Amino acid sequence: MSSEEYLKDISEIKNLMNRSSRFISLSGLSGILAGIYALIGAAYAYWLVNNSSNGYLLLDGKVFRIVIFVLLLVGFLSIATAIFLTTRKAKKNGEKIWDATTRRLLLNFLIPLVAGAIYIIIILGHQKYGQTGALMLLFYGLALINASKYTVGDIRYLGYTEVVLGLLAAMLPGYGFWFWVIGFGVMHIVYGTVMYFKYDRK
Amino acid sequence: MKNIILNINKAFDHRIRLGIMSVLMVNEYAEFTTLKELLGATDGNLASHTKALEKVDFIRVEKQFIGRKPNTRYYATELGKQEFKKHIDALEKLIKNT
Repeated sequence: MSSEEYLKDISEIKNLMNRSSRFISLSGLSGILAGIYALIGAAYAYWLVNNSSNGYLLLDGKVFRIVIFVLLLVGFLSIATAIFLTTRKAKKNGEKIWDATTRRLLLNFLIPLVAGAIYIIIILGHQKYGQTGALMLLFYGLALINASKYTVGDIRYLGYTEVVLGLLAAMLPGYGFWFWVIGFGVMHIVYGTVMYFKYDRK
Repeated sequence: MKNIILNINKAFDHRIRLGIMSVLMVNEYAEFTTLKELLGATDGNLASHTKALEKVDFIRVEKQFIGRKPNTRYYATELGKQEFKKHIDALEKLIKNT
């Protein structure tokens, strides 16, 4: 065999290793849109809290409920967009959407995330609201790091960023909201853009 | 040059076999149908290549039933992983030297 043939062998090995163990159709565009939803949601919540009678989030039951609703809406829209765009991309690449690599990716992403979500709900039940933003960032970051082994590796760096932001938010209590805006809004847009140009535009 | 050629393993000297090992290196196991799809091989083709790798103890086969369907899983053995690494290293050296 000539060296070109060996080279072809090696590139095919690498391709097979990636294709069989990682889900690579993740859409960068969905990251950008998730960031935009988060920014819009945060802006609306900010406006709402500052224009409510006491300008304070925690004690006003109605405003608090609306903020929670906005948060859930942002989450729901982000997930729906991600599913839609990723499915479309996988179809275009002629890849299966629901196979072993996807299941493994989702499972490893959801374990830290669900554990974190339950923990946050528990401490909210104890009326400890102060660390919610920090905890959301932390657990989301850990979920991303855990999932990064099963998809494009760059997700790992987004995970690290979210963890650092979460820890900073925990250190500076009054600023949780702003760290949340940076972590879920700005960082999603930044990393989504990076991934879009790196993987989607081919 | 000679000792490099020595590490090129005859057992891997085929696209499909190389492919089977590549997949098994990064996954805990792979099912027959998964391998078939990934490698674009026919049933008979894949079966004969897995048998060849099984014979030299580079892969391990586990057969079971899921419901009524037979299900075959392939695992890379420690020996297989080591030999595969050696083979890849040898390939890389060969490319660098030419």
